This record gives sequence, C-alpha cells and structure tokens, in this order.
Amino acid sequence: MQMTTIIQMSKQTVNTSKLENPHSVLQPKISLLFYHFSDLKFLPIVSPLHKLYLKMSNEAMDVPKTGFSFDLCRRNEMLTKKGLKSPGYLKTGTTIVGLIFENGVILGADTRATEGPIVADKNCEKIHYMAPNIYCCGAGTAADTEAVTDNISSQLKLHRYHTGRESRVVTALTLLKSHLFRYQGHVSAALVLGGVDVTGPHLHTIYPHGSTDTLPFATMGSGSLAAMAIFESEYREGLTRDEGVNLVTKAICSGIFNDLGSGSNVDVCVIEKGKKEYLRNHLTPNPRTYISSKGYTFSKKTEVLLTKITPLKELVDVVPVGGDAMEE
Amino acid sequence: MPSEQKLGSAIVDTVFANMVSSQNESSLLSSEGDSQRTQYPYVTGTSVIGIKYKDGILMAADMGGSYGSTIRYKSVERLKQVGKHSLIGASGEISDFQEILRYLDELILHDSMWDDGNSLGPKEVHNYLTRVLYNRRNKFDPLWNSLVLGGVKNGQKYLGSVSMIGVHFEDDHVATGFGNHLARPILREEWREDLTFEEGVKLLEKCMRNLLYRDRSAVNKLQIAKITEEGLTISQPYSLKTFWNFAAFKNPTVGAEGSW
Repeated sequence: MQMTTIIQMSKQTVNTSKLENPHSVLQPKISLLFYHFSDLKFLPIVSPLHKLYLKMSNEAMDVPKTGFSFDLCRRNEMLTKKGLKSPGYLKTGTTIVGLIFENGVILGADTRATEGPIVADKNCEKIHYMAPNIYCCGAGTAADTEAVTDNISSQLKLHRYHTGRESRVVTALTLLKSHLFRYQGHVSAALVLGGVDVTGPHLHTIYPHGSTDTLPFATMGSGSLAAMAIFESEYREGLTRDEGVNLVTKAICSGIFNDLGSGSNVDVCVIEKGKKEYLRNHLTPNPRTYISSKGYTFSKKTEVLLTKITPLKELVDVVPVGGDAMEE
Repeated sequence: MPSEQKLGSAIVDTVFANMVSSQNESSLLSSEGDSQRTQYPYVTGTSVIGIKYKDGILMAADMGGSYGSTIRYKSVERLKQVGKHSLIGASGEISDFQEILRYLDELILHDSMWDDGNSLGPKEVHNYLTRVLYNRRNKFDPLWNSLVLGGVKNGQKYLGSVSMIGVHFEDDHVATGFGNHLARPILREEWREDLTFEEGVKLLEKCMRNLLYRDRSAVNKLQIAKITEEGLTISQPYSLKTFWNFAAFKNPTVGAEGSW
C-alpha cells in the first residue's frame, strides 16, 4: 500500500563549524506534503534522530549544539491543538521546607509523589544529596529534580577534586540556577538548597526559571502556604537543634494534613558544621490502620451463604370464563 | 379525527420550532442583551477569618479595598451587624457586599415589622444568604462574595460561611480567600473550644499577621469584631507589628559578596 506523501525540503547550507555562535543556525524547514515508504530519506521527520541521519548524509558530523533545542515546540503545540494528549509526568506535588538554626541548616520534606490525582509513590525521597555538607530538597517534576540535582552533584564532586576543598553552597546555587535559566523554565524543578560551609550556614530557594532567594526560612511546593503559615508565626533566630527539628516537622505535618498534594511521612535532614544527619521517615503520622493480622483468604469456589426455598403461591384464582376472554 | 390531530400537531411543531430557533439566536450565554451580568470583580476585599470562642464569635478582617493590583481604598468596613444576633464579614466584590447589606436590611426590617417578639438568628440569616447566592449563581449572575456569618442566639453559638457559588457550611473556624491557605492550618492546629477573649484575639492576630506577610492584597489596618449573647462590638481600626530583622534579610550575600 503506497502512501502518497512526499517530503519537500528546503535547507540552508551553512557550515556550522565556522560560525561563532552555532545556536544561530537555522534548522531545515520541512513541510509535510507526501512521502514514499520505500525511501528512508523521505520518512516524515518527527525526531532529532532522523534529522541527524539526514545531516550525516549531507555534511560531516560536527559538534552537537548545546542548549535546549526548541525546534519541535511548534510542532508539539500544533499537535496538542489538534487533540493529541501529551504524555503525563510524575509530579511531586509537595511540601518542602528549610530553616537556619543556631548551628546550621535543617531541611524537611514530605514523601508523596503524585501522578495527577493518583499517589504514585507513597514513600519517595525528596531530599537529595549534593555534597557531604550540602543537601537539596526538590519539588515539581520528579525526573527533573532528580536529574538536575544528580548532575550538579557530579559537577561539585569534580570541582572538589580539582580544588581540594569542601564545596560551598553558593557554588551549588550558581550551578543550579545557570542550568535552570538555560532551560527557560522547561526543567520544572523548584528547589530548597541548604548546607554549611566555611562561610557559615546558608539556605536558598531556586525557582524553575532560575531565580534564587536567600532566606532564613523557606518553603516550596503545593503545600508551601500551609508550611509557611507555621514558619511565619513561629520562627525566630537562634533556635536550638531540637526546636528546629520540631518546627520543621510541624510545618511538614501542616503541609501533609492541609494540602492534598502532600502526604505520608516526614523526612528531615540536619546539617551542621562538620556533620550531617539524614533522618529518613523521622515521623510517620499516616500508618496503615486496620490490617488483619491473619491475612485474607479467599475460597476458590463460589461460597454458598444462604439457602432459602420459597414456594410460589397463587395470589389470584384464575376462573376460566365461558368463551375466550380476549374477544370483544 | 386523524386529520385534525395532524393539523394540531403541525401547529404545535411550528410553534415549538420557532421557540427553539429564537432561543438559539439569543442563546443562554450571549452577551448582547445581557450586559448586566457580573463577569469579574472590580473592587475586592481580601480574606475574613472567624472563630468560635468561649463566649461567642470573633471575626477579623482588614480594611483594604483593592482595585485590581492597586490598593485603592484603605477604610472599607467589611464587618457589619445584621439584626440583633448576627455579624457578617465579606470578602470579594465590595459593591455586591453593599447590595447584600441592602437585602439583609430589608429582611430584618420585614422581620421586625411582624413585631412578634422573635428575631432572626444567625442560622436563619445564613440560610437566607445561601439561597440568595445560589439562585444568583444559577442565573449566571453571581454576587461575587465569600461571606462569613456568625452570631449567638439563646446561648447557641453559630459560625458559617457561604461562597459565591452557594457552597455553605458551618464550622468552629472559617476563613475566606487566601485565609483558606494561610490561616486555616494555624486554626486547625491551635483552635480550642474554651478560648478566652484574649487568646482568641491573639490567635486571630497571628493569622492576620501571616496574611499581611504573604497576601499581596492585604493592608496593615484591621478590625476585630466580637459578638456574644450581650451584643456586638466592632473594634477601632489598628495595625499589627511586623518583624523584618532576620540576618539573611539584612545580608543575603554573606560569604559571597557580589553574588545574587
């Protein structure tokens, strides 16, 4: 069966290696008109991989361009308008908090990961390791927060090897914000970054578009307002470690019980000069109740619950009338 | 006779068709002839918080009227008395609140004209408001308000809330607007049945301070109203103390001068 669609391509041949800014190269314009199944070169281009094949056939492989390629955004928009459902993603729908106490930083997070209205992961970890003295809580798309924090964590490790010194929080901050700004908000990661380095304890929030704040106490995620209500009314400077942990737990619980996107347990991470404590599931205020200790057994046949025989009784005596009853 | 029946049905059909076609022309949601419908609010008040305490009801609201993103009016009284036993607080469109006050005025007037020694209590007023708001919403012409209604009658405390679509409920503590997100967690944590007047005021001030920090349309000028079996008092406007002296606010770039 031959599909009568041919691709018409108009390509501007610019040598990318000579250009100073390879980002300014115009992408090949493809208008989908016809294509033949037989010829690989004329398949409808729907992914960068196909473009790569075409490029390879026409010019030498040059250095892949850095930065986000926005080429497919118009096509995706057009498809969504025509009714194509784009794939869903796992959002964390979260409460994450951080505060500075007298000796360092305390971070807290809930443990629910949602996929729309469904709880996808009841006990996920939202406090990510960045460096031995720096941890980062992430809200937003789970894949984005994981990937971004892992990436910057690797970069920090390499930097530590290079400099021979402990990582500083502002280093992690700058790496994260530059990364997120370059992706113009498409990497949906809202982070609370905290740590203690030679210059003291630091706490920052980073928004998906790349802006940052330096704060004494911070909350992010869908439960941020509920948690912020607790912080604004009860935070003061110079809290002790126990007071700090209690306040963080209280704020996360406020998010868990007052916000639908947050739930399950409370994770806490205390970072002080020279040491850190990662308290996974520090509080579990939502245990499974009413579990049958004997377990459930289901018989393999249909169970007979009740046998009752009711004889049919005639309510009306049918008296046959002379002749047919249906005649007029 | 069949022929007559057919004629009759034909007439009915044409009449019905005309009706349907004219309905389609000026359809239910057209805007040519219905320019009176409320599409969006103009001058709005922000949240109202109400709690039950030992002797009655306490309610707090600030005095701001925002016109979009500017704070246009700073002396709007959003807490008002209704009859002998009730207190109403409103957030949302101020002109619709004034209209509601006129309806309530008429209601109370007609009630007192009966002169029967009985007067409408908070539960009745709440029910009346619910009906009014719900019916307006059904006509796609809502009164753009979220109301808090509280009062004491015959020793019974009552605190309820109605929204612009007619959602109504009764509870020990209610909040409208941003108060739902910022005040309700605090109230859920710290409200008790036997709050004294001072404790109640402190709790309300805690919530209002929170709103002042985190709601962009809040102003630092608020009134607190108290209603008990004896009667109603609305306080004079006053402002809350705020704290801005955190080290991170004063010097956010410590250890990394020049960063942002």
